[in-house]
Amino acid sequence: MAGAITARAPISIGSKRAVATESVLARRVLITITVVFLTIFVLVPLINVFNQAFSKGFEGYWSVFFPPQPPDDATLTFSQKRRLAEGAAQAARTWSSIGLTVAVAAVVLPLNIIFGLAAAWATTKFNFRGRALLTALIDLPFSVSPVVAGLVFVLLLGRNGILGPWATQLVWPDPFSLHWVGFENGVWPLAFGRTHTGVIFTPLAIVLATIFVTFPFVARSLTPLMENQGTDEELAALSLGASGWRTFFKITLPNVKWALLYGVILCLARAFGEFGAVSVVSGHIDVNDTMPLRIEKLWNEYNNQAAFTVASVLAFVAVITLVAKSVVEWKAARDAERTN
Amino acid sequence: MAGSPSRVIPGFSLTLGYSLFYLSALVLIPLAALVLKTTEMSFAQFWAVTTDPIVLASYQLTFTASFLAALINGVFGLIVAWALVRYQFPGGRFFDALIDFPFALPTAVAGLTYASLYLKDGWIGGLGPRLVTGVNGLAGLLGLGAPLEPTALDWLTFPFTGGTTGIVLVLVFVGLPFVVRTVQPVLIEWDPEYETAARSLGAGRFTIFRRVIFPELFPAWISGFALAFARGIGEYGSVIFIASNIPGKSQIAPLQIVTKLDDFQYAAAAAIGVVLLSISLLILLAINGVEQYARRHERAA
Repeated sequence: MAGAITARAPISIGSKRAVATESVLARRVLITITVVFLTIFVLVPLINVFNQAFSKGFEGYWSVFFPPQPPDDATLTFSQKRRLAEGAAQAARTWSSIGLTVAVAAVVLPLNIIFGLAAAWATTKFNFRGRALLTALIDLPFSVSPVVAGLVFVLLLGRNGILGPWATQLVWPDPFSLHWVGFENGVWPLAFGRTHTGVIFTPLAIVLATIFVTFPFVARSLTPLMENQGTDEELAALSLGASGWRTFFKITLPNVKWALLYGVILCLARAFGEFGAVSVVSGHIDVNDTMPLRIEKLWNEYNNQAAFTVASVLAFVAVITLVAKSVVEWKAARDAERTN
Repeated sequence: MAGSPSRVIPGFSLTLGYSLFYLSALVLIPLAALVLKTTEMSFAQFWAVTTDPIVLASYQLTFTASFLAALINGVFGLIVAWALVRYQFPGGRFFDALIDFPFALPTAVAGLTYASLYLKDGWIGGLGPRLVTGVNGLAGLLGLGAPLEPTALDWLTFPFTGGTTGIVLVLVFVGLPFVVRTVQPVLIEWDPEYETAARSLGAGRFTIFRRVIFPELFPAWISGFALAFARGIGEYGSVIFIASNIPGKSQIAPLQIVTKLDDFQYAAAAAIGVVLLSISLLILLAINGVEQYARRHERAA
């Protein structure tokens, strides 16, 4: 149920009023408990990520991504060569996990934005039977365990799945292998370099599982705001002769831009960090590792420092997410004040 | 109120159709596949899988750990929300921003850092021996010898990464924002006049909290508690890093699904999945019930 609360439209919790009537002692005790609790449970674990990542110094950190290269004329013993090759292979796997994580997010995000806008438009601008049910269904993934989210796709598209006979034969091109081949073969100059067969245990399954766990974020952050804004402005634009698309792009979209960005931030954070659902459909194959799965593998190989180095990248993304979220909340609150 | 019955606004069939298609293809049909898969089993088989001693032990662990974590969050979350809303102190805004961190941090990273923190050589796990060394060193400087046995504070060392305590700790982290973020808005809206009135009628501070403030907070608090509890039941990523994952002892319920899948026991995995899904939906229904009750109650008052 991650984000069941945060995915609501930005509300500002900044208007703190000093209404305390408690004794100074009680106040101090409660503040101390708050600070100690949050320090032990949030701050120390966060600092620990970076502390462990840099436990072998900056060089150790760097070598997880860029393993040391020997000079060309160096004469190396067999074991040295093997260690260098191992380091290079590990770094290549780490880079592949970063690439896959970013690629999955790049595919999932636009799909979720389109769905979020469509769902918010349908549920807030119109009244129809089953509207409440649709809204409830959009929230459903928040209450499903990530492991179950992965499981359902294995059961649907896996070898013994209901659509298994079709899905395991499916050949699909890798969109990131699209490249220029020129006009020699006809009028279409682009071609795919790679194709995949099957769905489960391929990146496509990772995309599906990630969509399952992330798609409510955009819809949820848009809905309350669009409901509040009603339909007056859109009706005015339409009555002045604007087309539906023009009304959407000139009126609705600018009105909800901060809420949309807020949903995008939450969606991205979850897409980068999803573990359970992705783990179930990845088949533990190296090429299907996203960054969280890579962290697990490194940890299980007792390569703690490398695991924490990859984790530190995700922790850094999380810090950026929080900062971006605060900025968006502040901007949204300012916009709301201005219109009032 | 939005959604006037007029259909002047275009795009109804397009947006609704697309939403329904997306929702069906990616959520409803896969979830239906889960339920369908269990129909491959007879009821006796379903019952045998879901009440297997190892599976039962995993439910018990999941529920106990999630409940304890939600309880800790219930108590401390209330205190944190209270202090952040009602008092101003240096770093208050910073700590307020920290509350959302468990939502932003990938669960795998949370599990990783918690697992290493509570190991014997971790920052918190290594606290006991370090304190002993410190105290003994100080006593030695004062000429008092070494008053503490080397193992005197071993209970402070948390070798629990294998036990339930480690799971509870990481679930506290994962569920931390729920109680705080549900209670905070109620506290912000709280009118201090009520407290003044209660005090003028002679109520003590604790009575005011118990009889005046807490009843107002209760619906938000209980739904925050339930959200944290439900989150704990489904949680997987963070827990598998910190638990020792011994069957029948320290395996959580979602891990049972993964184990069954790795054994190619798809129907059994589906059966446990259906049980977990039903439990989460029941909790969701209960939360809705509480919220609706609170709303009606509010209107009646």
